[in-house]
Formats: sequence, C-alpha cells, structure tokens
Amino acid sequence: MKKYLTLPNVVLALGLLFLYAPIVSMIIYSFNNSRLVTVWDAANSPTVKWYGALFRDRQVMQAAWVSIRVATMAASAAAVLGTLAGLVLARFGPFRGRALLQGLTTAPLVMPEVITGLSMLLLFVSMEQLLRVLFGIQFDRGMTTITLAHITFTMSYVTVIVQSRLAGFDDSLEEAAQDLGARPARVFFRITLPLILPAILSGWLLAFTLSWDDVVVTQFVAGPGSNTLPMVVYSRVRLGVNPSINALATLMVLIVATGVVISAILMKRAEKRREREMRMAEAGLNQP
Amino acid sequence: MAASSTASRSSLRSGRIGPLWELFFRYGPPRWSEYIRRNWAGQRLVIAVPYLWLTLFFLVPFLIVLKISFAEFAPFGRPPYEPILRWMQDGALQLRLLFGSYSYLLHEPLYISGWLYSLKIAAISTLLCLLLAYPMAYAIARASPTGRNVLLMLVILPFWTSFLLRVYAWIGLLKTDGVINNVLTSLGIIHEPLEMMNTTFAVYVGIVYSYLPFMVLPLYSNLEKHDLTLLEAASDLGAGPVRSFFRITLPLSVPGIVAGSLLVFIPAVGEYVIPSLLGSSDQLMIASLLSDEFFHNRDWPRASAVAIAMLVVLLVPIMIFQYFQNRELRAQRR
Amino acid sequence: MAESRERKKVEPWRDPHAKPYLQIDNVTKKFGDFVAVNNVSLKIHRGEIFCLLGGSGCGKSTLLRMLAGFEKPTSGAIFLDGQDMAQMPPYQRPVNMMFQSYALFPHMTVERNVAFGLEQERLPRGEIADRVAEILGIVKLGEYAKRKPHQLSGGQRQRVALARSLVKRPKMLLLDEPLGALDRKLREHTQFELINIQEQLGVTFIVVTHDQEEAMTLATRIGVMNRGEIVQIGTPTEIYEFPTSRFVADFIGSVNMFEGRLIEDLPDRVRIRSDELGGVVYVDHGISAAPGAAVWAAIRPEKIAITRQPPARAAENCVHGVVTEIAYMGDLSVYLVKLDTGRIVRVTLPNIERLSDDERIQWDEAVYLSWHESSPVVVTQ
Repeated sequence: MKKYLTLPNVVLALGLLFLYAPIVSMIIYSFNNSRLVTVWDAANSPTVKWYGALFRDRQVMQAAWVSIRVATMAASAAAVLGTLAGLVLARFGPFRGRALLQGLTTAPLVMPEVITGLSMLLLFVSMEQLLRVLFGIQFDRGMTTITLAHITFTMSYVTVIVQSRLAGFDDSLEEAAQDLGARPARVFFRITLPLILPAILSGWLLAFTLSWDDVVVTQFVAGPGSNTLPMVVYSRVRLGVNPSINALATLMVLIVATGVVISAILMKRAEKRREREMRMAEAGLNQP
Repeated sequence: MAASSTASRSSLRSGRIGPLWELFFRYGPPRWSEYIRRNWAGQRLVIAVPYLWLTLFFLVPFLIVLKISFAEFAPFGRPPYEPILRWMQDGALQLRLLFGSYSYLLHEPLYISGWLYSLKIAAISTLLCLLLAYPMAYAIARASPTGRNVLLMLVILPFWTSFLLRVYAWIGLLKTDGVINNVLTSLGIIHEPLEMMNTTFAVYVGIVYSYLPFMVLPLYSNLEKHDLTLLEAASDLGAGPVRSFFRITLPLSVPGIVAGSLLVFIPAVGEYVIPSLLGSSDQLMIASLLSDEFFHNRDWPRASAVAIAMLVVLLVPIMIFQYFQNRELRAQRR
Repeated sequence: MAESRERKKVEPWRDPHAKPYLQIDNVTKKFGDFVAVNNVSLKIHRGEIFCLLGGSGCGKSTLLRMLAGFEKPTSGAIFLDGQDMAQMPPYQRPVNMMFQSYALFPHMTVERNVAFGLEQERLPRGEIADRVAEILGIVKLGEYAKRKPHQLSGGQRQRVALARSLVKRPKMLLLDEPLGALDRKLREHTQFELINIQEQLGVTFIVVTHDQEEAMTLATRIGVMNRGEIVQIGTPTEIYEFPTSRFVADFIGSVNMFEGRLIEDLPDRVRIRSDELGGVVYVDHGISAAPGAAVWAAIRPEKIAITRQPPARAAENCVHGVVTEIAYMGDLSVYLVKLDTGRIVRVTLPNIERLSDDERIQWDEAVYLSWHESSPVVVTQ
C-alpha cells in the first residue's frame, strides 16, 4: 500500500476529486427540495420535483429539440468533411496549397470562440446583403446559420482524429487493394473506410458534444426565435443558481457516463477476444 | 478437404457471406469513378470539397472582419458601419480606411488593462493547470494498462458533459452561501464566509477546471511513450529518482508540455463564458470587451478591430502550436 | 510423389531468338536529386523465377514498385508481353504483388481477402467461389477460409497473401521479401513450396530479397543490384562460382579476396603474384584484362584444404599460416588462419567424420592451405 502513496498518485487523487466535486455536488443538490440550491432542506429532500419542472419547462424542451437537430446535422456534416480533409492530409501526396489546408484545419482547434463567432456572423451579414442585392431574397439567421457555424469549427476535430488514425497504419493495405484491381474510390470505400470507421465515429461523437454544448459562437450567429439549449441555460444561470438546471445537469451526466462505460466495456471485451484468438493462432492451437 | 472447400464455395455462392450492403458496396457508389478517366481528377474533387468549405466559412470571414475593422462606425446604420468602398459622383472609386478603431485600442486604458489582464489570467491559469496536470498524467502513465484506461476514462468523462453546466456547478460551490463556505463554516474552520464568487480567484478555478483534460491528454500521450529503460540506465549510472526526473523525464516531455500549454493558453486568452459567470465586472477580459462593443455599443468596426488585434497577439502561439501538431503527425507516419 | 519432378533444364535466356516476357529498357528513377534506380535494363522470360538481390538502399524495392505501378519511372520503358506498361496505373496491370507485410485486409475473412481481386473483375459469383476454393486448396488453407487474419499464424497469413495474389492468374507475380517474416524452419519448407506452386501454375515470379540463401534457393536467375544498378545477372551457380566483380564475390557467401599483379597472361592460364597472399595463384582458365591491370583472386572458403604437411606441388596455390580461431557449427567448422603475411583467411571444412582430438586441427597449429587450380576466380573490378 505504501508504494501507492507517491507524490504523483496523491496529486492524481486530488485532481480527480477536484474534477468530480462540482459534478457530484450538482447531482446531490438536484434532489434538494429547497429553491436555495445550496441549502439542504433536510425535511423535504430528496425530491424529484425539479426533474418534473424541467420536463414541463416549454422553453427548455424546445431549445433542447433545436440543439439536438443542430448537433446531429452539424456532427454528420462535420464527420464527412473532416474525414475528407483527414484523408487528403494523411494519404495524398504533396499538392499546391497543402500547407494552407493543414493550417485551416488545425487553426479552429485553438481559435478563441469570440473570434470565430464574430467572423462567422459578419460573413452571414455580408451574405445576407449580397443575396438581397443580387437576388432580392431575404435571408434570416437561424438554425441554418448555427449549423453552418458549428460544422466549421467541429470539423477540425474530426480531421485531427481521422488524420491521426490514418497516419497510424501505412498504406500497404490500400496499395494491395489497388494492385488487385480496385480503383481508388473503390479502395476507399471497401478498405480504408471500414478501418477508420471507429475513428470517424468518435469524431462524430466529439463534434456532436461540441455543437450541443456551444454557447459563444451560437450567440453570435443565432437569429431571433432560434434558441439552443446552451443559450437558454446560459441566460438563466447568469441570474444565479437554478435547481432545474441541476436536474438537467444530472441527466446529462447520467447519459454520458452510461455511454462511456458501456463503450469501454464493449471495447475491452472485443480486445480481449481478439488477443485470445491471436495467441491461439500463433501457438498453432487453432486447428478447425 | 474436399468437403470443406465445397462448404466454403457454397456459402460464397449463396450470398450468406454478407448482408445486403455487401452487394451495395460491390456495385454501388464508386460507379461514377468509372467515368472519370484520369485518377487524379477524382483526387482534385476530394481535395476541393473541404478546402472550399474552410475557405468560405473560415478564411473569408476573417477577411471580412479585417475589412470592417477599417470601416467607420455608423451608429444608426443597418449594419452599423459605413462601406469602405464607395462610388463617388465623379465616377471614381473611393477607398476609406480608418485606423481609428486600432488607435483607440492601443490608447484606451480600458483596453490596455483588458489586454494585460487577459494575458495575465491566461498565463497563470496555464501554469497552474500544468502544475496540476503533470503529476496526474505522470501517475496515469505509470499505472498498469488496465488502470491506465480506467483513469483516462475518469479524466475524460467530465469533458463529455456540458462545459457550461460544469462552470455553473462552480457557482454553487463558490457562492457566499455555497457548498464550500457551508462546509468550512460547519467544520469551524472559518467564521465568516469567504468571498469567492465574482473574483479573479474564481476565474482561475474555472479555467483550470475546464481546461484540465486539455493539458492532461497531451502530457499523458507524451509520457506514455517514454522508454522506461532510460530511467533504469540512469539509475544504473548513479542518478537518484529526482535527478533522473529532471535530467531525463522532464526534457523528454517538453513537446507534451508545449502542446498542452498552447492548447490551454490560446483559448484561455479569449475565454468568455467563465469570466462572465464567475468573474467580477470590474475588470473585464478581452473577450467580454469585444462582446460589449458588439452587442451593447453596436460598434462593429471597433469589435472587429479587437478581434484582429487578438488574432495578431495570438498568431505566434498559434503557429507554434501548428508546428508541433505537424511534427507529431509526421512522427506517427511509418 | 512417385515421379520425380525435375527442375526443367530449359534456359530461355540462352536462346538469342527467344522473346522476353518482361523487358525493362533503360529505366531510371530519381527522387529529387537522389537516383534510386540508374539506367537498368533487364530481359526476363516466361516461367522464370527471377530474384533481385541486394542490400538495403540498392534500389531493388523501387524497381519492383515500378513494375507494380506504384512508382512511375523518371525515364525508360517497361514492356510486359509486348505491352508498354509505364503509364498504366496498378489496378489495370496484369501484374500482382505479394507484399512484405502481407497487407491482408483485417476486416475481411480469408475467403473475402482472396476473392477481393476477382470481385474487381466483375466475375460471376459462382466462378469466384470456385476459383477461391481452388487456390485455397493449392496453398492448403481450405479449412481456414472463414477465419480473419488475426486468427492465423504468420505462416498461414503468408499463404493467404500468396493465394490472394495468384487467384487472379496474373501474367507476373512480384514478391517483396516473401520469406523475411518467417522463422528458419518454416522458411526452408516454404521455399520449396513456393517453387512447387510456381511450377504448377507456370506464373513468372520476380522476387526481391536481401537474403542470399533465399535467392539461391528460389531463383532460376539472380540479378545482383548495388546502388541502383544491376551488377551481374546469372543463374545461382554462375553468380556464386563465377562472380564478375569484387562486390558480387563478396556479397554472395563469404570469399577470400587477394589483390595481385598478373605475371603470366595466356589464353588458357593465368598466374597472379599476390603480396597479400605471399605466393602465386595459378588459375587454369584465361581471363580478359588489360596488361598490367590490378586483379583480385577470389577463393571460396570451402574450396581451400588445410593440411599439416605441405601438399605435392607447394610452389603455387599454397600458403603457410597459423590457425587463430575455430568455430564449430555442427555441420561444418570455420577456421580462421593467419598467414605469414599477416592476412587472415577463412576456411570451412565439413565435419565429414568424427575425428579424435589428435587428428583434428587445433588452435595455434601451423598449417598449409592449398586449393585446386580451377578454384580461384579472377575479377578485374
């Protein structure tokens, strides 16, 4: 036991405590009967009344619906675009403008959101002007602009994940497929894509999370009447603590935790099975 | 052997090999590629799609921001700025570039203190984050393979839950009548509640908390790849654990430190949500100033100038970050 | 196998009228300033197993990739069965490649891996199934058809890679270090299997390897490469017994090389005086060399005899020295003998019979080394 008491391990434990304390406290107080979130009303708690209030809250539910749709569309488009960009950067040889593409894909990773938000809003304003002047159509900001903005800054994450995955194995598989007669597009769909599918999937999930959670960029590019869940939450919490928000937070943590744990278990099991099969094969025990 | 080869033959033949989508892949999408005579014409298309998207939605907007930063503020206009290109009556094209917005930024005390404040907060937060994250990453990297996966999962899990909600959680903890004050008071450690909300301290806590995974992961990724036999060799040659750490582990982990620090510092400079929820309104960070100019004063040119100035300030760190990203990716190839 | 299968003694390259199946004309490949393949020309005939042998960086893999279509020659032409292939992309060439890493598709079963190439040809389902079963039978993997690559051992994966590349009945098969990943016992076994399969199917093989043993066993002809150029082409026997340069003599097997001057140069015999050797080398065949040129006499270790007493004609093809090292390898023993001139000579003797300690040559013994007049090979470069 002594050997576990090293400095790094102690800091790790404290760090994990630090990470989870706020989450745990939020969950606990979501069952608190008192409106004053942090004063535990022992007499009437725990209660689930705030969860009920949450589901009856029209504004929150509508905003959640908008967020789900935006996040799904944005994540899907970002997955496609990000995969293409990752493929180009990892597999295609040098071409003119390659450095610029590399820069354009990694810059959004660190770009402060206010800059991204402002610039995209100004783009949409200019596009509105242009469309009005040239074609006479009136174009309002709303879900479309939010989705376009989200796609742009989330696709970088997919690109990095896919590019990193592709860099991890050499292209001899793709060359072998070409050698056997498959044209490049066929090679991509039959060979490359199945192999990078897990990476694309995690990229999709990451893009979904980032889009679902985004406040700043959305605030800039949203229009009147299009509210996403983070926008609603943000405007409420600026006024102070709010127990139904605690309830919302608890639900989200629950969903995410379940998802992560399930996927971790599945992956572990698949990996164990694979290793066992490989070991059996090498030992020659795999007689049919 | 004859029997089994007949068996495999018949299963291929009867199509029990794969579901319907195997057929789809066999005769499906790449049909169009048959009609593209030259292989690299298809390649160009694949390059073009993400390129065009990013150019239109990422690059062009910056150019627009740059353009508007030189425009004149028109308080009642929709949009609230004068066009910089104008046709004069005599047919000439006039280009008006105003540098007023920029000079305002460089002279107005509000902005100067905002810059310094933002950079200070970002730098100190990065340092604090590093000091906390390094031992954590180290401990995870030295754990057993199963332990490593579990610990990583624990570190990453909060990241997948909403950033906004986690910052909100701190409000509940740091408030005057919040959890921490309640606990400390009931334990008798303090008699007066600590003033933690709406302070710079709260902003530090918020930033370190939110960006911790971004610092832990690159550090872990680097530390995990270290060859432990190097440390054994050092020990064999007479170096104690502390010296081995400073002479071997630390220098080798510099790329991870740089990557993690940049991943925290750059966005922290432009952080908006955390200071607005946890910080004080006396001293604003640069992102809040930008937001104010834009939404409250509706001074788009000035807001654009702030954005461009932020970009200029952050350009060098961003380029360093890109450099390290590329190096990491290239090192992974073969 | 009741009937012995004799290696066909057909040697099409000796026939000046035979049309080569693969013709490589003055092919050069440059990467920037670096010349990987320098003006290589080759004629390879149908049914051959041709080995490109060389160390790393000699250009053999680049040449192979140009044949497969993954690199385009900077200049020169490649003709397969009369067809100019230089501009053809790999998926259109009637050539298949077996990769060093096997490159099996991990998400597909053995069956699907092998069927992949046939599916690209849009053959009917039934025919594909038949041909897959046939080839899997030839490589003896019929029962493993449903497995995935990670469920197979290294040797089994190699056979899948072979089956996958042969099932399309290509005109030519390119093999990149085919036996490199196998352990020693498996390698020997697989070498002969490869030859059998090749003879059975009649496919022309081009093998790239750095392993001389592999090349010597598999090849009908070997092309030795160094620094982007082909330095010698010949059958394994020719390459081993009659190298045309110091590089080839030294590269294949071990050799003792002695520098010297020609003191007698006649059409049917040559005498070389070598100070290194401390004696005269008499060779019973003529060579072509400029008068007074420096030459090297190369003598293989197994062709040298060690005796305690000087042999009959000790004036030439005989030297004196002291045994400094003996390595017992089981089937043969390697002796390092230090000559009176200081030069160290390597001699190998098969352990034909069990000798007693007195009979066997020991360390520090003074011995005479001698060889037959037909054994030395004279090289002039």
